[in-house]
Amino acid sequence: MSNNKCFVSGDEAVALGARLARPNVISAYPITPQTIVVERLSEFVEDGSLEAEFMHVESEHSAMSAAMGVSSVGARAFTATSSQGLLHMSEGLHYASGARFPIVMMNANRALAVPWSIYGDQSDSMSQLNSGWIQVYVEDAQEALDMTIQAYKIAEDGNVLTPFMVNLDGFILTHTYELLNLPNQEEVDEFLPKYETENKMDLENPKSLCFSSTPLDNLEFKYQQHMAMINSKEVIEKVDKDYGDKFGRYYGGLIEEYKCDDASVLLVTVGSVTGTARVVVDNMRSEGIKVGLVKLRYMRPFPEEKIIELSKNVDKIGVIDKNISHGYEGTVFTHINSALSKMNNSPKAINFIGGMGGRDISKEDIKEIFKSLLTTNEDKEKTVQFIGMGCEIDE
Amino acid sequence: MIEIRWHGRGGQGSFTVARLLGASAALYEDKYALSFPSFGPERRGAPVLGFTKIHEKKINDRSEVKTCDYVVLLDETLINENVVKGLKENGTIIINSKNPGRYDILKGFNVVAIDATSIALDILKRPITNTAMLGALIAVSDVVKLESAVKGIESEMKKSIVNKNIEVLKKAYETVKGVK
Repeated sequence: MSNNKCFVSGDEAVALGARLARPNVISAYPITPQTIVVERLSEFVEDGSLEAEFMHVESEHSAMSAAMGVSSVGARAFTATSSQGLLHMSEGLHYASGARFPIVMMNANRALAVPWSIYGDQSDSMSQLNSGWIQVYVEDAQEALDMTIQAYKIAEDGNVLTPFMVNLDGFILTHTYELLNLPNQEEVDEFLPKYETENKMDLENPKSLCFSSTPLDNLEFKYQQHMAMINSKEVIEKVDKDYGDKFGRYYGGLIEEYKCDDASVLLVTVGSVTGTARVVVDNMRSEGIKVGLVKLRYMRPFPEEKIIELSKNVDKIGVIDKNISHGYEGTVFTHINSALSKMNNSPKAINFIGGMGGRDISKEDIKEIFKSLLTTNEDKEKTVQFIGMGCEIDE
Repeated sequence: MIEIRWHGRGGQGSFTVARLLGASAALYEDKYALSFPSFGPERRGAPVLGFTKIHEKKINDRSEVKTCDYVVLLDETLINENVVKGLKENGTIIINSKNPGRYDILKGFNVVAIDATSIALDILKRPITNTAMLGALIAVSDVVKLESAVKGIESEMKKSIVNKNIEVLKKAYETVKGVK
């Protein structure tokens, strides 16, 4: 194992990871805070360090359509987007997953208009959970690079053949520069050989792709797609292990448990806020307070079994959501509760909505969350709470 | 952990220098660093902030920087009460100014002043003071060694401007060391 150190942003880490994965075509449209990914990849193609076709498309809808075209001839496609761009390609997202094209896309998590905002939250990708894409959320630049490579390995697995979205919190990850170990090309090539598939247009072996269905067979196609996503759980765990064995970095697969042993309360986090929560857990643990952290890495497939297992011996679970399904609750919380409902005796879960439109989630905020989870006043406790609300709430 | 906040205007290189310092620490001193700008739209001439965090261990905290050990002002026209906000006890302000005594707001703080604009104009022929202010910071602190900053500039800046900026860095470093 040999590594080169560099000091780069999350966006640059994604571009470097994509280059190592050797996509045949990159089709993308720039949007803040993803822009640097597209800029770097176009530079790599220009300077010859990446042998690929770079397509300047006129919109995100075209970016996804082009990526499907690439994938439909058995080539490797990469794209990247954010926020309004992700929504603009929403039709294509469903199309790509239904057609079982293992496209890899980076999404810079950013708020949705209106109010117009270029700052980060996770409203964009959380609104696309039903599009049939695998979704991973990373915590730092290194994980962004590593997951861009792992994404192809998982998506292209014959039992999965499902597109893969790598999510990075806008600005907090995309625009922060940090130390990165860059794997060498030879080792990545060994780990991720050329994509070979039968799910392609081929003159020697003609077949129909992206076809129509009738009520007689639609359910069966959708069931296969559902099972492919379920199959991906095992593949994700295996790829995490294989990647760790080769490159020395393991991420825990679907989730990472942080100091969950003997914890009486758990906090579930998605993305960069996990890092800040680690610091708070360390501080509280040093005071003898038994708190634990669950880094939920994947929203699809959803690690229901793992959540149930971890919840068996805890009193309460907090869930931070950087998104809200208006009039109900945060999307991550809905998923956690759905898992808990399958237990005989489930702990109570509380939802904390925060970090919207780039709002900071501080260490003090997270400490307060843990404190409220540790206090028993269930009669008064609201199930959905807002972190750092700047106005009085009349409820 | 050492936290540094850089104040400048869009186009003056205040984020570039936050990144240069982070790269110098992470690549040449076996430390960990995070460098980031104030998040949001980028506009030339508008006040911007750069942040550098340096630590012996991996830095997990991704929340906003609220305190700092060093504040570095690339442009003295930005002086207002926000400049001293969050400065830790025993923290230091490093300011690009010929006459820092005229700023009441700085009274009671550790202040180090350097005429970085003159150094930059002399060597770069442009009033870009970021590497001069890095030299001044290194002269009054041990955030990184001078030779690490030289290597940082060599690896992170465009080849055509490396030598001049190393000259600026060293000149500012020696100027501050001389008066210290």
